[in-house]
Amino acid sequence: MAYAAIADRDQHLHDPDTFITKYIWSQDHKVIAIQYAITAIFVGVVALVLSLLFRLQLGFPDTFNLVDPNQYYQYVTMHGMIMVIYLLTALFLGGFGNYLIPLMCGARDMVFPYMNMLSFWVYLLSVIVLLASFFVPGGPTGAGWTLYPPQAISEGTPGIGGGIVLMLVSLAIFIVAFTMGGLNYVTTVLQARTRGMTLMRMPLAVWGIFVATILGLLAFPALLVAAVMMTLDRVVGTSFFMPEMLSLGRELDYGGGSPILFQHLFWFFGHPEVYIVALPAFGIVSDVLSVHARKNIFGYRMMVWAIVLIGALSFVVWAHHMYVSGMNPYFGFFFATTTLIIAVPTALKVYNWILTLWRGDIHLRVPMLFAIGFIFTFIHGGLTGLFLGNVTVDLPLSDTYFVVGHFHMVMGVSPVLVVFAAIYHWFPKITGRMFNETLGKAHFWLTLLGTYSIYLPMHYLGILGVPRRYYAYGDTEFIPASAQTLNSGITVAALFVAAAQTLFFINVIWSLWKGPKADPNPWRATTLEWMTPDTPPKHGNWGAELPEVHRWPYDYSVPGESEDYIPQTEPPHKGVIAGRDHGVHH
Amino acid sequence: MVLAVALILLVVASLAFHFLSPWYFTPLASNWGLIDLTVNVTFIVTGLVFVAANLFMAWCIIRYRHRAGHKADYDPENTKLETWLTVGTSIGVVVMLAPGLVVWGQFVNVPDEASEFEAVGQQWHWSYRFPGDDGEFGNVDIRHITQENPFGMDPDDPTGRDDILIASPIVHLPVDQPMRAWLRSRDVLHDFAIPQFRVKMDLVPGHVSYLWFTPTVVGEYEILCEELCGLAHHTMRGRVVVDERADFEAWLDSHPTYAETMERGLGDGELGQASYALCGACHGQAGQGMQILNAPAIAGMDVEYTARQLRYYRDGVRGTHPEDTVGATMRPIMAAIPDDEAIQNVSAYIASMPVQPLEETIFGDVARGERIYGNCAACHGANGEGIWAVNAPALVGLNDWYLASQLRNFRDGIRGAHPGDLYGDQMMLMADILPSDDDVDDVVAYLNTLSGGTN
Repeated sequence: MAYAAIADRDQHLHDPDTFITKYIWSQDHKVIAIQYAITAIFVGVVALVLSLLFRLQLGFPDTFNLVDPNQYYQYVTMHGMIMVIYLLTALFLGGFGNYLIPLMCGARDMVFPYMNMLSFWVYLLSVIVLLASFFVPGGPTGAGWTLYPPQAISEGTPGIGGGIVLMLVSLAIFIVAFTMGGLNYVTTVLQARTRGMTLMRMPLAVWGIFVATILGLLAFPALLVAAVMMTLDRVVGTSFFMPEMLSLGRELDYGGGSPILFQHLFWFFGHPEVYIVALPAFGIVSDVLSVHARKNIFGYRMMVWAIVLIGALSFVVWAHHMYVSGMNPYFGFFFATTTLIIAVPTALKVYNWILTLWRGDIHLRVPMLFAIGFIFTFIHGGLTGLFLGNVTVDLPLSDTYFVVGHFHMVMGVSPVLVVFAAIYHWFPKITGRMFNETLGKAHFWLTLLGTYSIYLPMHYLGILGVPRRYYAYGDTEFIPASAQTLNSGITVAALFVAAAQTLFFINVIWSLWKGPKADPNPWRATTLEWMTPDTPPKHGNWGAELPEVHRWPYDYSVPGESEDYIPQTEPPHKGVIAGRDHGVHH
Repeated sequence: MVLAVALILLVVASLAFHFLSPWYFTPLASNWGLIDLTVNVTFIVTGLVFVAANLFMAWCIIRYRHRAGHKADYDPENTKLETWLTVGTSIGVVVMLAPGLVVWGQFVNVPDEASEFEAVGQQWHWSYRFPGDDGEFGNVDIRHITQENPFGMDPDDPTGRDDILIASPIVHLPVDQPMRAWLRSRDVLHDFAIPQFRVKMDLVPGHVSYLWFTPTVVGEYEILCEELCGLAHHTMRGRVVVDERADFEAWLDSHPTYAETMERGLGDGELGQASYALCGACHGQAGQGMQILNAPAIAGMDVEYTARQLRYYRDGVRGTHPEDTVGATMRPIMAAIPDDEAIQNVSAYIASMPVQPLEETIFGDVARGERIYGNCAACHGANGEGIWAVNAPALVGLNDWYLASQLRNFRDGIRGAHPGDLYGDQMMLMADILPSDDDVDDVVAYLNTLSGGTN
């Protein structure tokens, strides 16, 4: 077995001896995880503030005048790109991936700790380059987060000077950072699992992060190629994506490029990207649900195969983002079919989450509230995806607020609820202290109800036909005045949700200082990260001996046992029911 | 418990919102009722799943909440249940996908009896072309585009001579006639969308895309650009007027063919000079303007812009708003140059006059004005020189007091609100960024620096 090769090897761990090597140039996966998380959350807050600025414009177009059309498109663009790439991708993989993979697999660290450290610093560089575009003449790009050429690099779009170039360079740097981290996550999962930790004994959180990382390693190169080519088109004057065209009356010196090619490359990355964010969320939420329902995840093998199948299918659905792009319309038949097929394994995952609650022993603690909130918003966002994935239904809805509502529900709210579930769930392990339950619950209720009142109505604006990415609507005849009232309401809800997030930050900071000391395994969970000899785990994670795994991670409420959980490290004894442990080959 | 109740309430609230809120599809005005049908089928299937899944989850939370002495079942797998769920989900998917694919098949295959027109997109305007009597479009190429030939018609292609050119964002179509729209962009991506027709498709430069529909209800509908196309994306509006066949034919006949536009040209300045004597009484014989008469400098203004504005004055599109008292003084003057040709000629003469030095009368925060002007520069040029290709006149060479009054008029809906003012609504939308008169003064003060003002 693979684990014997590395797990038992006496790994040299670059023991830190100074403050700098312990907390700054750290090679410890846990410190790197926290560095990733703090950076990602910081830049996410920047993107949140940007969204409030343009929501004020949309909700109250004649009142605030905080943004002009230039800034509106710039903020919309930066908000989208930051949230998708620099917050969610970085946080799930760089943050949770880094923290959880070695601990849940029973490794002392990532297999390439130095490269892991580089990954974070290169990621930080990409964030700095991205934010620098706010300070160059012309400001950041306002091409929309999809960066479609020709407009992304031609006159009439904000930020075609330094802004778009810095965006493209930042993306390229991010991809370098991701690749260094990603190779680490995949190699660590494949090669550094501890004795007994077979693949089919891995917690679903690790499965989700593992498959998402593979998707990233295969999908990000398409974006890298697109970014490099567009940079060349912009800087050197090549014509990869630029056709013969006019720009504000002047003929440009381009010819022969294809704008639609860029869209194929972008979405060849962009659709798997949805699952790069979603699969870790799927995995993490599965574990949180199982722990707090005191019940094994329902249909573990099917959950694993669903993750793998969704990951594979996610590479053959990309052009459903392009039904009305002007590509050959016959593509629509193929991509609608593949897209609706992917709904089947996705739906099964939802059923299995709910069936995990069925006949469970549900403890509604804060992480569980967020996890169940996720199921609700994901059902909603997943079902509206069936509208947009089905080519004919997409026709009236494409490019409207229905799309904005859908992807925020499925890719904004849902993963963020999992992020919060995960932070509350592992907070005791990461910090050694408990968070405040009351603040956590208040944070949950305001976030769930607030976000739903933002995004549910948005779908109906879209059905009405209100196009997205409009700075203002003027008196468009088919848009009734009541729609503007609704828009104002959405903005107010957004302000509430944003304000509610301060509860989270207060809770985290307060609990870091004053929270009661946490039990090493406060939720009585089975997985390895709760079995560390120290809380928070020290460098090297496991003390002298690596843990040894004897069972799958979901032995909750096993009949005949006095405790309602059996840790993975517990050797087999009378209570084990043969055949239920998929890791044991008879 | 609270959570379960909340989930039930969220389901109820979602259903109530769906059935009770006033925001839903606009009334259908095309043949694409089948598209609405596919949407409604999807709503039924997904709605059932939404309600069933969430209510079951809420029930689980109530029934299996933690109580002392209660223990969860140990139930790792249930192959039978999982199989049933897979089969059920697959059936639901087929129920939604099958009609979707059938209707898409109709959408991509244009019926033989369809007539054709072409919608041309550019930053940030629509224009249209009909194939004319021969039923065939002439070749176009962006390399042929000039101010005289804005459609880029190939002068050597005989099939293009009878093409009818609609240099306006408003197009008329006959009711109950299947129409194929060829979609052509000359610069960036755009999208041709009419919410009441349920269809949309991107325009891609270097490529011609298409869609088709049959308008079924006489009336007027807005055409929206729904692919982000730059700064003024939200102002890229068109309009389709669905007419009875005879009205449509009359409307089409009132537009020039390509051959006619070439013959007419942009006007003859020498012929226009005589008419200008009347203008000169207020605007000055050198076109230098006289502020005391509220007559701005006009020397050197773009010929097409001037001609368009003069036609507006003549037709009551401009100068008829009750608060536009200054504009109203232009209306009687237009009786002297009533026909299009005379208007074109005098505009050509005005365009040929050298720009006069102007006195600076408005002062403001130039740096702030420059920042605001960043939003104007896309159309009017970085130096205020105007760009004929986007129908945006030069702003340098105009009196600052005149510019300020017009910006206020656009902002306040005094100018640009008339449905006949083809591009005025764009300025109304853009003037939203100048809510206070200080904003207006600042941007005008900045324009003074571009004019090389007197100080």
